[in-house]
Amino acid sequence: MQLRPVRVRPWWIAGGALLMFASAIVALVSGPTNIDAWSVIVESANRLTPLSPESDLSATQRAIVWNLRLPRVVLGLVVGAALATAGATYQGVFRNPLADPYLLGVAAGGGLGATLAFVSGWGDGVGVLDGVQIAAFFGALLSVAVTWAVGSLGDSSRSSTSLILAGVAVASFFTAMQTFLQQRDTDDIRVIYNWFLGGLTTSGWSEPLQVLPVAVVCLIVLILAGRTLDVLAVGDDEAAMLGMSVGRVRLVLVVVASLLTAAAVAVSGLIAFVGLIVPHTVRLVFGSSFRVIVPMSMFVGAAFLVLCDLLARTVLSPAEIPIGVVTAFFGAPFFIVILRTRTNR
Amino acid sequence: MTPVLQVEDLAVSIDNKQLVRDVSFAVGVSSWLSIIGPNGAGKSTVLRAVAGAQAYTGAVLLQGEPAASMTRRGRSRALSWVPQTPTIPDGMRVVDYVMLGRTPHLGVLAQESTADFDVVGEVLRDLDLAGLQERQVETLSGGERQRCVIGRALAQQAPIVLLDEPTTALDLGHQQEVLALLDRLRRERGISIVSTLHDLTLAGQYADELVLMAQGQIVSRGSPDQVLTEANVSQHYGAAVDVFERNGAVVVLPVQPAT
Repeated sequence: MQLRPVRVRPWWIAGGALLMFASAIVALVSGPTNIDAWSVIVESANRLTPLSPESDLSATQRAIVWNLRLPRVVLGLVVGAALATAGATYQGVFRNPLADPYLLGVAAGGGLGATLAFVSGWGDGVGVLDGVQIAAFFGALLSVAVTWAVGSLGDSSRSSTSLILAGVAVASFFTAMQTFLQQRDTDDIRVIYNWFLGGLTTSGWSEPLQVLPVAVVCLIVLILAGRTLDVLAVGDDEAAMLGMSVGRVRLVLVVVASLLTAAAVAVSGLIAFVGLIVPHTVRLVFGSSFRVIVPMSMFVGAAFLVLCDLLARTVLSPAEIPIGVVTAFFGAPFFIVILRTRTNR
Repeated sequence: MTPVLQVEDLAVSIDNKQLVRDVSFAVGVSSWLSIIGPNGAGKSTVLRAVAGAQAYTGAVLLQGEPAASMTRRGRSRALSWVPQTPTIPDGMRVVDYVMLGRTPHLGVLAQESTADFDVVGEVLRDLDLAGLQERQVETLSGGERQRCVIGRALAQQAPIVLLDEPTTALDLGHQQEVLALLDRLRRERGISIVSTLHDLTLAGQYADELVLMAQGQIVSRGSPDQVLTEANVSQHYGAAVDVFERNGAVVVLPVQPAT
């Protein structure tokens, strides 16, 4: 008898990678300066592979592709992959379809950190490091740590419910502090507001290169953890009877997913809905196993964010719409549809 | 010979209220012990304590080793658990559900090997689930679903299987089918079974040993004909019954109380 357990099919991976590649090419050729797709591919191959084919781009065009568009596209791919994968993980760890990467206060903590950096003037940074990014990263991780500590008080089993409730409390507290700081120092309101709306603006390669190493490690761990997320689906009690140390596993997965989210938040601010709608879309198309949802969310999230960013920078060109507006504009209606189909069942 | 499972002076308290005390029993290789008793007697509490889902005092020895000193995974390799109302995840298929039983043999980030596949394939064949492997568990009938849960427990390859009311929500035919299946499995595979059961006649037909609990304590134990007496049942269940033997089995027949 041939066993047919649920697995990511190779052609799904191929399709996902193709989707990512195609969205990247579309984003690379779109913009005020016309550059054709083939030249972009040739130029990228020249820079990113040991081969050195010569593209027929002018020096200016090369600079646009290499220093402006490509870093932004790469950042979009990484941040989209990170948010969607972290969202899928949170949904599995908490067995809650409404969970998103900001569930445990990452957004509020990151926001507080960024605001602190803006109002204190550390935002200018130390050497090559950007102060706002560092503050947002550690603020985000701090809020998750506080949420975890609060959620564990009086509930040694750290049930999903007590952690989620702790997340709500911690997020409101951090948001209160953030608002207080922001109102005290009205000069910075505009930049703070912009940060909260999220965006993939890059200054060359520093942002993508900063987030990439953390993201790659976390993504690999979470993809491998798909099987474990499927075990958690039977509930804490039964998962423990199946030999799983549920509390410890939940801690590890939350730490990895939060690290991934914090790294994304640090370089791109808050981008709503990607972590929520991408995993749900993937679930509708590919089924409910996290062995499939996690890797496919990575591909779809990457492609989705790059395409949203393309709209964000082209629709009102030369002005930019904050990317959070684009993701929410498509995300919110979609989310309502998901809610309806879930409650109708 | 050391019993596969030994329970000594087990006691469980929740919120300073003692639910179970002085419970001791032992189960040998390939035998079946059923815990019976009225509602609230503490049957499920004992089972949960033995499984490690409930804090307790006293000792639980799995193949001679104190369960308290075992890791979560080690314990789940020694003992598997069939809950009364298992959580069936949305959309999970039979093969993937039975595969969950391999969890105690795998690290958090590990993936199944061909050895795990072989175990699961063999369980699916043995439980007649091979043809259903791609069906979603939630769409199956009650009896088929219970076979899946038992399949998951078997895939753990533990020598002890605990079942909490394995026949609840099944009609009579499926109750018999599930109990006969368990009986065959323990004989063929040499696993030891501890179950709680509501139906006294069925409990007497399938178990080697019955333990009758009332108000948190063991009040009677022994072979079915020793435990299932009119006096025991009327005293501890407050029920009016006729107990008689038919074809070598004890039958507990409820009768209308005299008014």
